[in-house]
Amino acid sequence: MTDVEKRQDRSPVPTDWTYAPAPESTSILTIEERYGLYIGGEWQKAKEHFTTISPRDESPLAEVAQASEADVHDAVAAARTAFKTWSKLPGAERSKYMFRIARILAERAREFAVLESLNGGKPIKESRDVDLPLAAAHFFYYAGWADKLEYAFPNRTPQPLGVCGQIIPWNFPMLMLAWKIAPALAAGNSVVLKPAETTPLTALLFCDVLRQAGLPAGVVNIVTGDGSTGAALVDSDVDKIAFTGSTQVGKAIQRRLAGTEKKLTLELGGKAANIVFDDCAIDQTVEGIVNGIYFNQGHVCCAGSRLFVQESIYEPVIAKLKQRMATLRIGDPLDKNTDVGAINSREQLTRIEELVEAGKEEGAEIYQPPCRLPEQGYWFAPTVFTNVAQSARIAQEEIFGPVLSVLTFRTPEEAVEKANNTPYGLSAGVWTEKGSRILWMAERLRAGVVWANTFNRFDPTSPFGGYKESGFGREGGLHGMEPYLTFDAAETFGG
Amino acid sequence: MAQAPVLPRGFELPLKQRLPRIGSVDQVAVEARAGELAKRSIKKESKIWALELALRCCDLTTLEGSDTPGKVAALCSKAIRPDPTDPNIPSVAAVCVYPNLIPTAKERLAGTGVKIASVATYFPSGQAPLDVKLRDVEDAVAMGADEIDMVIDRGAFLSGRYATVYEEIVRIKEACGEAHLKVILEVTELGTYDNVRRASLLAMAAGGDFIKTSTGKLPGAATLPVQLVMLEAIRDVHEETGRKVGMKPAGGIRTAKNAIQYLVQVHETLGPDWLTPDLYRIGASSLVNDILMQLRTQRTGFYSGKDYFTND
Amino acid sequence: MPRLPVKKTYKLFIGGAFPRSESGRTYEAQEQNVALASRKDVRDAVQAARSGQPKWASATAYNRGQVLYRVAEMMEARLSEFAGLCSGKEEVERAIDRWVWYAGFADKLTQVLGSTNPVAGPYFNFTIPEPTGVVGIVAPDEPALLGLVSRIAPAITGGNAVVVLASETQPLAAIELAEVLATSDVPGGLVNILTGKRAELAPWLASHMDVNAIDLTGADGLRADLERAAADNVKRVVLGKPDTQSLYEISAFLELKTVWHPIGV
Repeated sequence: MTDVEKRQDRSPVPTDWTYAPAPESTSILTIEERYGLYIGGEWQKAKEHFTTISPRDESPLAEVAQASEADVHDAVAAARTAFKTWSKLPGAERSKYMFRIARILAERAREFAVLESLNGGKPIKESRDVDLPLAAAHFFYYAGWADKLEYAFPNRTPQPLGVCGQIIPWNFPMLMLAWKIAPALAAGNSVVLKPAETTPLTALLFCDVLRQAGLPAGVVNIVTGDGSTGAALVDSDVDKIAFTGSTQVGKAIQRRLAGTEKKLTLELGGKAANIVFDDCAIDQTVEGIVNGIYFNQGHVCCAGSRLFVQESIYEPVIAKLKQRMATLRIGDPLDKNTDVGAINSREQLTRIEELVEAGKEEGAEIYQPPCRLPEQGYWFAPTVFTNVAQSARIAQEEIFGPVLSVLTFRTPEEAVEKANNTPYGLSAGVWTEKGSRILWMAERLRAGVVWANTFNRFDPTSPFGGYKESGFGREGGLHGMEPYLTFDAAETFGG
Repeated sequence: MAQAPVLPRGFELPLKQRLPRIGSVDQVAVEARAGELAKRSIKKESKIWALELALRCCDLTTLEGSDTPGKVAALCSKAIRPDPTDPNIPSVAAVCVYPNLIPTAKERLAGTGVKIASVATYFPSGQAPLDVKLRDVEDAVAMGADEIDMVIDRGAFLSGRYATVYEEIVRIKEACGEAHLKVILEVTELGTYDNVRRASLLAMAAGGDFIKTSTGKLPGAATLPVQLVMLEAIRDVHEETGRKVGMKPAGGIRTAKNAIQYLVQVHETLGPDWLTPDLYRIGASSLVNDILMQLRTQRTGFYSGKDYFTND
Repeated sequence: MPRLPVKKTYKLFIGGAFPRSESGRTYEAQEQNVALASRKDVRDAVQAARSGQPKWASATAYNRGQVLYRVAEMMEARLSEFAGLCSGKEEVERAIDRWVWYAGFADKLTQVLGSTNPVAGPYFNFTIPEPTGVVGIVAPDEPALLGLVSRIAPAITGGNAVVVLASETQPLAAIELAEVLATSDVPGGLVNILTGKRAELAPWLASHMDVNAIDLTGADGLRADLERAAADNVKRVVLGKPDTQSLYEISAFLELKTVWHPIGV
């Protein structure tokens, strides 16, 4: 029976169990060679185009229209025309269009997920399991509000605003599209949406969903382009601007709209504190730290980019964190086993590299797990900085990449003070098993979202938005309807 | 073999005081993490390797009142050569039986490298006096068991008598002599992941060579999050003391796909060192045939059927 | 011979005290010499508001309601003085009733504006309103008293501290109100009132990086410039009405905080 022994020895334990590549097929996709502008329910030709690429290998994917001021004007005019009938439609009918969109998005989710990862660089497991399901859920949630607004705003008479100009970022292209378009349509507005310059393709594919849903022409118009297209939209004859993006651009928009009657909501940058107390459930906390900063390559405005660890648990947390980082799989966004995908653009990669250099120069200690980055495309290894001073650039500025800055604290008061010591106020995290401390911390953290013993969770029913320079207005939930409505009638009671 | 139990940090204090300091587990987060890991996509040669590993780690088990020498003999044949049509398929790690069936198993497995594991300690309830449990273990070892699968005293654990649980394991470890000790926590009865973590640390501190999820006698035995909690406890003990304790999920693992999910979790939590029958076992009975079927599919390129594998 | 009355010196109201303007200047309005605040007074007032705000926000809602009701009580006692500084008795009565209305809202805001959110997962999720922090108010000229109260009351009911630029032409009601606030239970620094030139002071308030929101109800022609300055730190800009009372006047100065926690054993 020695052959048994031999057979057992036949498969020696390898030093590492390398998972074979498991790429998601792109055969599901049809990408046009060249895209026009989606205005008034039709594809309109544009004069100029630019090439959109895949950040995973810099390969060109399609030619995309660069909308001019005149194009934006046409789109707003189409939206204005559509508004007249769309806003008069009974809420129940608007609602049914939106339910249709939600359903079609769910049916075609895989196609969208693959395109999202291809054009944006995010891991397919995220676009498949997070972005697309949430985008569809968002339409489903707001669909139901369209004919129930009188219950959402008792004693008020909600009316649509008119034409909404919406400008979205490249980190969650479809999810941000849903966050913007769904409440706007439920309220009875029409929309001109500008996708981000580097990630226009899923928004363009979404036009086909609108066609399938039979949405009346002009209710949603999509104009692609760079910052100048966005600026033209801000200056155009819209009734509202909703912007998600950098604080710098947000301020510029707010200035530009000064003195006008256009309504504005801003969802801007962040530098979230993720606060770890020594009585936390440590392994799940480490998981939450990793999810907080390496989710979507750290291209997340609410990323937990400042880690505050109580000194009494500092060493085990950092040791476990580094151990866990070493298991992150970096590579092809379309591989189902990829945890960290490609950096969205060369520009963003340069910014990350610059800030990481600054971190080193300022004396912080850098750790990156050993990993082989692909040769083509834009990549940055998951990074953690320890020994970071509160005053360091990497502790103050939004990096918007997979870079974590670790600081320490001794008492809850100190944690709150350091966490709030920033012009931003979008999100925060707290890790402790003590219930009363969670509520104490949640009460004091100046941030629009506080995740306790979890991080980076999103839901259509949950309002999202910032304090201070992280913006104003909320998206999601009942509260997310308000910025898309006007209540000028019946505002004053008593007195 | 008999290793003095090395205590993880926090264990230097008397037991009652130190247990609350061993940390807690967040249910939602641990289940989310286990769910994420279960989505790993394992293909081609990587899958074949994993399937063979799962087979090599199997404790092929029968623990029925109706077990007979004939039944155990058949099981042993299956253990040695799981697929009679393919000699390249490796043997499983061990056969797991009640003490009365050890002699049959010993005869059948002599010289094969397949180990004999026996449950003991008044399995599955463990509700008997300590001397009865010790005698149970001594007999099993005397009859030729290479490995003893004991159950902890859940009654003592759930009533907070941790020292009783601890001391019992220490005594049983002594009684095992050269035999390896697997400590069954019976997680279904523990109620929370916090308790799973406490019991895991307790079992390791008391000298267990393996920690094992379940007796297989209750529904909802091994689950992916339960294993994750136990693996994390094993990792902590290893980090703290350098000691490598083995892991054995048992009960409820019936498909090759599921077995691979368990292996992925081990790989990503403890690393490749644990991917060996010396440190990882899967307690199962019906799993083996599904693995064989998947292996054949991988080799031949078409789907097979149940009737092409023996039911033993 | 009739007795010569003692005339009041109208001063600023900062941090619960009545200082003269740092600049030492005054100007004449409603036939009185009124303190002419400078940008440094704006700075001091914002500082006072910032340090006074956390305590007010952390007081119980019941307590805040009582303090606001106390303001109404104190105004009632000085009804005739106020009547002489605005359009008359009726305006004062409406201003008093407005305090009472807002006082009763302090402990209801969270219930009406907050929510628990049924997220699709094992999490308890709730949204609560919170004060935005320090609010700058450019008060309207008309109605002199009611307009002022209509802007201050909702902001502080929500837990904010305020820095108010009183009406340039009719500042006396504001000073009178400061005296009421100082003798009621309103904590020092919660309400700070400056008198002076709107065009000179408002830009400092609008551009102040430690002011979270600005109410431009009385900004008139300055609005566009002030809004532009407000963008420097993404201030919330509120364009209210001089005579209104509404829950939504309060919510305009509130943030919404959403908290997640897993539900597990």
